[in-house]
Amino acid sequence: MEKRKTTPSIYTALFFALLFLVWVVFSGFFDLFHLTLGVISCALITWISSDLLFEDRTSPLRRRLLQLVRMTQYTGWLLWQIVLANVFLLRLAFGPRDRLQPQIVRYECGLKSDFEKFLLANSFTLTPGTVTFKILGSTYYIHAINDEAAAGLDGEMERRIARIFAAEGSDRREGAAAET
Amino acid sequence: MTVTIIVISVILILTGIFFFLGAAVGLLRFPDFYARMHAAGKGDTLSSLLVILGFAVYQLHDFHSLSHDWPTLLVILKLLAVVLFIFLTSPTATSALMDAGWEDNVKPIIAEGRSNHLEDDCDDA
Repeated sequence: MEKRKTTPSIYTALFFALLFLVWVVFSGFFDLFHLTLGVISCALITWISSDLLFEDRTSPLRRRLLQLVRMTQYTGWLLWQIVLANVFLLRLAFGPRDRLQPQIVRYECGLKSDFEKFLLANSFTLTPGTVTFKILGSTYYIHAINDEAAAGLDGEMERRIARIFAAEGSDRREGAAAET
Repeated sequence: MTVTIIVISVILILTGIFFFLGAAVGLLRFPDFYARMHAAGKGDTLSSLLVILGFAVYQLHDFHSLSHDWPTLLVILKLLAVVLFIFLTSPTATSALMDAGWEDNVKPIIAEGRSNHLEDDCDDA
């Protein structure tokens, strides 16, 4: 019980630290006056809307850190997919028109949290030949520009996203919840 | 050293512009609104990444010492923040525009024999 009370304050501090980091980078002034202004505004925003980030505040920071590392790996992979997507698009744009077979396909996803769904939708849009059209519940409607792109929706991306957030981390959390 | 950095940044910017050109050509040549959104939505991610990366590299051309030229690093961080925001917002905006088109009854062109599951499911409802 005690642990649950302390973790949210860590997240509030983290929120403040992130805001202040952005302030320092964007302002570029390091004198007392500007830093004080920064502290005041960041504190104000933390007070008003610190619940915007970090939905689940019971999860330990160590798990967050693990997620961050995995997220970085995923971003690297996604960046490569973006390069492929743009080369693909370039070929289509300058190539003959009969390479296009537009179609809308259904994709069922098993991801639960809104953030995971958002990440998957954005990733579909960034990768070759597919754009997320609409999400109804857990059903994605995806506009694919040709057969090759539609065949590429094999769930590999969903597995990669699920791997960021789940695995041993969720087991540990369930274990901790059972203890309390 | 300075020349090398400028050459690298120019190459990055030119590659980015080339991808922008591809996106523009796609935007004009693709058959319908939804296919054009592919060009508009994807074409500006890699190309803006390359162009802005080119700017960031260019910032290094008169970088001599960390103690004196640290503001340059702040500029680079700001440029990278621009890339981050484009990557977060561009796909979302693309999806929102396509959804708006659908709500406004813009009919997609579907190739012969291919599926339009969204229409199937909307008819059911």
